[in-house]
Amino acid sequence: MKFTLSWLKEHFDTVATLDEIVEKLTMIGLEVERVEDKAKEFEAFKVAQIISAEQHPNADRLRVCQVDNGTGTPLQIVCGAPNARAGLKTVLGLPGTYIPAKDITLAIGKIRGVESQGMMISGAEIGFSSDSDGIIELPADAPIGKPFAEVLGLNEPVIEINLTPNRPDCTSVNGIARDLGATMIGDYKENVPKRVPGTYPCPVTVTLDFGATHPLCPAFGLRLVRGVKNGPSPEWVQNRLTAIGLRPINALVDITNYITFDRGRPLHVFDAKKVKGNLTVRRAINGETLLALDGKTYTLDTAMCVIADEKGVESLAGIMGGEESGCDETTTDVLIESALWDMVNIAQTGRKLGINTDARYRFERGVDPNFMVPGLELATQMVLDFCGGEASEVVVAGDATPKETVVDFPLSELPRLAGIRLSPAEVRRTLERLGFFAAGSGERIKVAVPSWRPDVHGRADIVEELVRIVGVDAVPSTPFPRGADARKPVLTPIQTRTRKAKRALAARGLTEAVTWSFISKREAELFGGGSAALALANPIAAELSDMRPSLLAGLITSAQRNADRGTPDVGLFEVGQIFKGDKPEDQFIAASGLRRALAKADGVGRHWSGKPQPVDVFDAKADAFAVLAAAGAPMQALQVVPGGPAWLHPGRSGTIQIGPQNIIGHFGELHPRILTALKADGPLVGFEVILENLPAAKARPTRAKPLLELSPFQPVERDFAFVVDSKVKAADIVRAAQNVDKKLIAGVTVFDVYEGTGVEPGKKSVAIAVTMQPRDKTMTDPEIDALGQKIVAEVGKRTGGVLRG
Amino acid sequence: MTVHGVHMSDIAKLETELMTAVTSAKDEAALEAVRVAALGKSGSVSALLKTLGSMTPDERKAQGPAINGLKERITSAISTAKEALGMAALDARLARETVDVTLPTRETPAELGRVHPISQVIDELTAIFADMGFAVAEGPDIETDDYNFTKLNFPEGHPAREMHDTFYFPPKPDGSRLLLRTHTSPVQVRTMLTQKPPIRVICPGRTYRSDSDQTHTPMFHQVEGLVIDKTSHMGHLKWILEEFCKAFFEVDSVKMRFRPSFFPFTEPSMEVDIQCRRDKGEIRFGEGNDWLEILGCGMVHPNVLRNCGLDPDEYQGFAWGMGIDRIAMLKYGINDLRAFFEADVRWLSHYGFRPLDFPTLAGGLST
Repeated sequence: MKFTLSWLKEHFDTVATLDEIVEKLTMIGLEVERVEDKAKEFEAFKVAQIISAEQHPNADRLRVCQVDNGTGTPLQIVCGAPNARAGLKTVLGLPGTYIPAKDITLAIGKIRGVESQGMMISGAEIGFSSDSDGIIELPADAPIGKPFAEVLGLNEPVIEINLTPNRPDCTSVNGIARDLGATMIGDYKENVPKRVPGTYPCPVTVTLDFGATHPLCPAFGLRLVRGVKNGPSPEWVQNRLTAIGLRPINALVDITNYITFDRGRPLHVFDAKKVKGNLTVRRAINGETLLALDGKTYTLDTAMCVIADEKGVESLAGIMGGEESGCDETTTDVLIESALWDMVNIAQTGRKLGINTDARYRFERGVDPNFMVPGLELATQMVLDFCGGEASEVVVAGDATPKETVVDFPLSELPRLAGIRLSPAEVRRTLERLGFFAAGSGERIKVAVPSWRPDVHGRADIVEELVRIVGVDAVPSTPFPRGADARKPVLTPIQTRTRKAKRALAARGLTEAVTWSFISKREAELFGGGSAALALANPIAAELSDMRPSLLAGLITSAQRNADRGTPDVGLFEVGQIFKGDKPEDQFIAASGLRRALAKADGVGRHWSGKPQPVDVFDAKADAFAVLAAAGAPMQALQVVPGGPAWLHPGRSGTIQIGPQNIIGHFGELHPRILTALKADGPLVGFEVILENLPAAKARPTRAKPLLELSPFQPVERDFAFVVDSKVKAADIVRAAQNVDKKLIAGVTVFDVYEGTGVEPGKKSVAIAVTMQPRDKTMTDPEIDALGQKIVAEVGKRTGGVLRG
Repeated sequence: MTVHGVHMSDIAKLETELMTAVTSAKDEAALEAVRVAALGKSGSVSALLKTLGSMTPDERKAQGPAINGLKERITSAISTAKEALGMAALDARLARETVDVTLPTRETPAELGRVHPISQVIDELTAIFADMGFAVAEGPDIETDDYNFTKLNFPEGHPAREMHDTFYFPPKPDGSRLLLRTHTSPVQVRTMLTQKPPIRVICPGRTYRSDSDQTHTPMFHQVEGLVIDKTSHMGHLKWILEEFCKAFFEVDSVKMRFRPSFFPFTEPSMEVDIQCRRDKGEIRFGEGNDWLEILGCGMVHPNVLRNCGLDPDEYQGFAWGMGIDRIAMLKYGINDLRAFFEADVRWLSHYGFRPLDFPTLAGGLST
């Protein structure tokens, strides 16, 4: 919402400065986005006239001009503009003039041997416009010596407000003035339009016809003014419209635009001669079309409201008029419409057709119903003033009377919600200056809400009005102690897991990425997603269309981008949401990591200390187990089963589970097919675990750790090498050994795996170290041997392994 | 003098010979040979010692000390020499074992890895608000229209809905449409619906709007705060936000400006600017004459309370919200929002945080 200072002052009596007004506007919630002052910015550039333009003796493209700048003595100015011609009124800048928009100072001396005493200027040179084709051309009647911006009607500051959608009343200069008037930096001047009596009945009738459907037009006012002479509107109207960025068209159209901004009351004018018969306000018929004033043809449907005559649709209600019945210089009889429309319907229609107009902007926020007829009177008066003619009586269809809102307001609401107290007198005065009506005295008053404030419904709204005008600064900052409750953890278990997971993965040398929650459909499908329910109806781009079923897709493409930029050995991780369905319980927090090329956990890239090793499945497994340990997973209960989902190498991947019903995650080398599909190069290994699938930690009555029992007896370690079928899992050998005596056997580790010479083909040797920890006496050699034999027997029974000779 | 037994001058001669042999032994083997030759079973000194047995007491008295003295001196000399040779051998071995210690070691993973600025800032926010008694609440990214808009007092068709460029999912058979939450406010709704007041929570998380340019990304992060009880008012809200800004930006004082504004879910509503100084692209807080908008806030709208099953005559409270990415940019001098989501390790290494730099109030949030 834009307006000029003088326009505001037409509705607002004040001695406050521009800066004070601007500050106050912002502090009452009408945030000033910018103040443009073209007159001030360009005050040094004045109107001048070229008296003569002669060819420069030393340059083909230059002319030597004699220029009258009103000082009596013509200036000699060298100019290269193609339009520099004798008689032209243009803009002159003198040497030393500073141009703020460009941060330069004009400096002119001799040009090709001819003295130049100033510079004639193009719009682009001073940042006034983008026009760089020639010097600015001003009207022939522009007074020489006057600042040119003033001549163009830009002679005062233009204030632009960033208006919040709840304030339809401030879509008008009048409404802004009223709001400011409550602040005591000036007084609101209420300019009530005078009634303009009609001298004959309006020959066109209006019917509101919505049948049994929801009526989209509560009221519609209309009158005819005949015998008008349409032409340019007065200069002051044109200047105001120009200043706020509107193009003056003709008096009739300018009047509607002017009242739209002056009063927040959009109007429409029909050329009465182009309207056939009476008007009907109704829903559009599916497929009906309208050639609108913007030159485009719109196809309408029954959800939209139109104004039609006997020929068909003439106007899209409350949004835009039709080209056919529009007013131009030939218009002699004009029908002026002032109506009320259904807010929601206007918003929906505008959105559906993609039309943004000043009328829609106001109607969808809610215009003042009480100003429907006064707005029509004001328009009539202006038409009579600018174009002459004779006005008919007003016809009104429907009922514009608004439902009155009265708020029962205990004064205690103000301290309760805002923490401040105002005297009853102050409350009343503030509300009344805003146009509210306060009745009753004492601690509880009744407040009638004015018809232009559809945003005010209840007590909290009244509190806001008071706080807004008094100023939020008046609210004292009040300490807010944390309370007497015992200090407890504020994070839920999953939140704690999430943050620990991040730190643990970063501590393994991985870098945290935050990638889009949506990926392309193809990527989603590669990772088991891509269902219709998880595809956005309106994605911002085709490659950001589907909710991700896994974090890996984003990490793989990110790793490849980094490789393409020159970082091939990259390790990334992300902890974030994945989507298996659209219900809240189908959205999981996953942790996922990826290592590429030589990005090993124990060192990235080539190093003098050893042969470069590419990442392998065990890097991914170690990352997965590190994050699970950090997240508090029951590590003893985790099982690793060979194989994983389709996006992993079938022979170099594993599934981490707690029993077959609870899959925690997967790790492995990425399937070559995935790399091809994502145009990524390997080697690439990764993992993904779902942190929410971990069982909750058992509640503990005390924070004390279990008592540590250290055995005083020497542990014994014995090594065994088993030859087994190469398909046998190491984990089965370990488990078999462990299960022989869970009490005595404290640990089993695999310290060698060998295939090759000395071991027959199809077999492998797996060497384990078994630690035996006696608790009540030192183990004797026969006891150790006996346990060893049991281990050999059990491993043999479970895995077919035989002790390597 | 010659007596039965050994001539004294022979002892002295033997000593001289043996001492020479000891000092000239080049290594431990040569020294051992000298020891055997002198002190071994049939060594020269051992032979002399044996003669003591066949001497008369007088002879023994005269020669015993000389011969024993010889043995002691030789033994000691050998032991000293042995120690010296051992040390020399060790020195020689260590010299051989010299490596080039200027060779670089592998970089420590914990020095190499990085936590994203968004995670770090969420941890900072959590630390600050936990200290004021706030818990962290979370909710799903895919939300219902009801939780994202209707319960938050966005009237159907109201232009305020259009301010949020919403991502929608295809309509369900019943006509309802799920959406990606446009703010974290639905988490407030979920909290009010499930938790009895008093409520103090912050809700950090991902949010989505169909908007993409220099300063907007279709996905971003917000943190909102919510307090519901029977007494909290705007004065408390101001205090909390002031405390937060001082703690977060790590300044002693910061001037804040509360401007009335509009959000459908709060009434009164305000936008908050903080004092700052802009200096050659750098922003400093707690000084200067410029204002920078950082958050929106207000008293929870009575309709929102009602929609969440709370009686607005009994309960009241306030809420605020701000962009995590935005405050991270302001605090850490990051100038491009889009870079947050590009996973460029050069950017992440520079703007990210070391895994062990966990923000705490005790240790300072960012030190």
